[in-house]
Amino acid sequence: MTMREAFIKTVTEALHTDPRVAVVTAVISAANFPQDHERVVDVGIREQTMVGVAAGLALTGLRPVVHSYAPFLVERPYEQIKLDIGHQDVGAVFVSIGASYDDPVWGRTHQSPGDVALFDTLPGWEVHVPGHPEEVAPLLKEALKNDNRVYMRLSLHENAQAYPVGEGFTALRYGKRGVVVAVGPVLDRVLKAVEAEKADVTVLYASTIRPFDSDGLRKAVADTDHADVLVVEPYLEGTSAHLISESLQQIPHRVRCTGVKRHAELRNYGTAEDHDAAHDLDVVGLGSAVRSFFRG
Amino acid sequence: MQRIPEFFARMTGDEKHEWAAASTIDVLWVLYDRVLNVSPATVDDPDRDRFLLSKGHGPMAYYAVLADKGFIDESILDDWTSWDSPLGQHPDRVLVNGVEISSGSLGHGLPIAVGTAIGQRVAGSAGRTFVLVGDGELDEGSNHEAIAVAARLDVTNLTAIVIDNQSAWYGWPGGVQERFAVEGWAAATIDGRDHEAIYEALTARYDRPNVVVARTEKSY
Repeated sequence: MTMREAFIKTVTEALHTDPRVAVVTAVISAANFPQDHERVVDVGIREQTMVGVAAGLALTGLRPVVHSYAPFLVERPYEQIKLDIGHQDVGAVFVSIGASYDDPVWGRTHQSPGDVALFDTLPGWEVHVPGHPEEVAPLLKEALKNDNRVYMRLSLHENAQAYPVGEGFTALRYGKRGVVVAVGPVLDRVLKAVEAEKADVTVLYASTIRPFDSDGLRKAVADTDHADVLVVEPYLEGTSAHLISESLQQIPHRVRCTGVKRHAELRNYGTAEDHDAAHDLDVVGLGSAVRSFFRG
Repeated sequence: MQRIPEFFARMTGDEKHEWAAASTIDVLWVLYDRVLNVSPATVDDPDRDRFLLSKGHGPMAYYAVLADKGFIDESILDDWTSWDSPLGQHPDRVLVNGVEISSGSLGHGLPIAVGTAIGQRVAGSAGRTFVLVGDGELDEGSNHEAIAVAARLDVTNLTAIVIDNQSAWYGWPGGVQERFAVEGWAAATIDGRDHEAIYEALTARYDRPNVVVARTEKSY
């Protein structure tokens, strides 16, 4: 089962058990949800209206799940997210597929590495980046119970195993030379790179990156001999840099951010693995980052 | 309506949008005086009618009517737009009792209204959704997404009011009414100053979404 399938299964079950849950789509995945259901609304290829309709549903007490491919869910209707959801002070669960470049043969129009950074400009959003399909259902069920604003970023890329989800980082490995934070589906590559480099570092895993677990990071750093933090995110590099700096503001520290590079708009197609390599998000690139950053 | 000019006079400093307030005041008055089943005591009633001011510009008219009908204390009109005032030159639903949506940026209210109307239907409520947009505001593409989809979604409890004071930059071929009618809306054009015509149009019931084009002059 893919993350997308886990999402559809979880929400479909919730439609039958929770009268608050509603789904709003703009064609993508619409056929996978119950048809002719009063709380399933497909607006056609109209993403601004998709978000506006979701806001209206929330204003009447429903819990809308809003879903599309990442650039069409987040970038195209960004002002609707800001105003129709945030400024109206209502909640919704936004679920994207496509991640940064799950299907790079479709080119730049279908890539959205800046999605989490865009949500980061708005107050009050939870952001979940599951790394395995089995992490999707528990994160989603919790989100559906609440009234807050949630963004969940699904990907075709996944780790070999699921980890417990919830707020806060999970320490998977302990070391003294520094801390590596791995977000969602980059975890396995991070662990391989750390092993290959025989780096004596703590590795923290996060499937929930907002709210940011400042306490967890500070504790992990305190248990090392060096306040050096490498964060690896599968979206725009440096997205969490400001929160790492804020968390460690009382401690002299070093930070290196790895993610989808900001300086180039790649016009290459190929595979997601090709793009990972171009952004140094493959095991080789991450190994190089670990080796150079934790040197000495 | 007797106190409306006095209320207007107490809110100064938004000359840019005074004409917008002058254009909407008659429709707003009839809505709150005779059409909407909402009062200060029922602003949280799930079965209330919902009025969404999409065209958030010129909210003096909105605030004046809300003050007259007791949703807000008229004393807060005097220092509107000041630091501590809940009343800005665009309304905020979190700050102002009775305001259903925060607006100002154009093109948001109609899609939200489709959602509230569907939500009312899901809840089995007899409440209706009314949304007021300007003809200039219709230039925003988001409105046309909502116009195109409302009838397909069978949103029969939705009434859009277009204040047509000829502000659309290039106008609408065939007129505003036709733009909605071609998408399956019940559509009528009325004199936006004629209270009886406004009342009749806003209380009419159809088996499809309804648009009332209220023509007014641009005036101060």
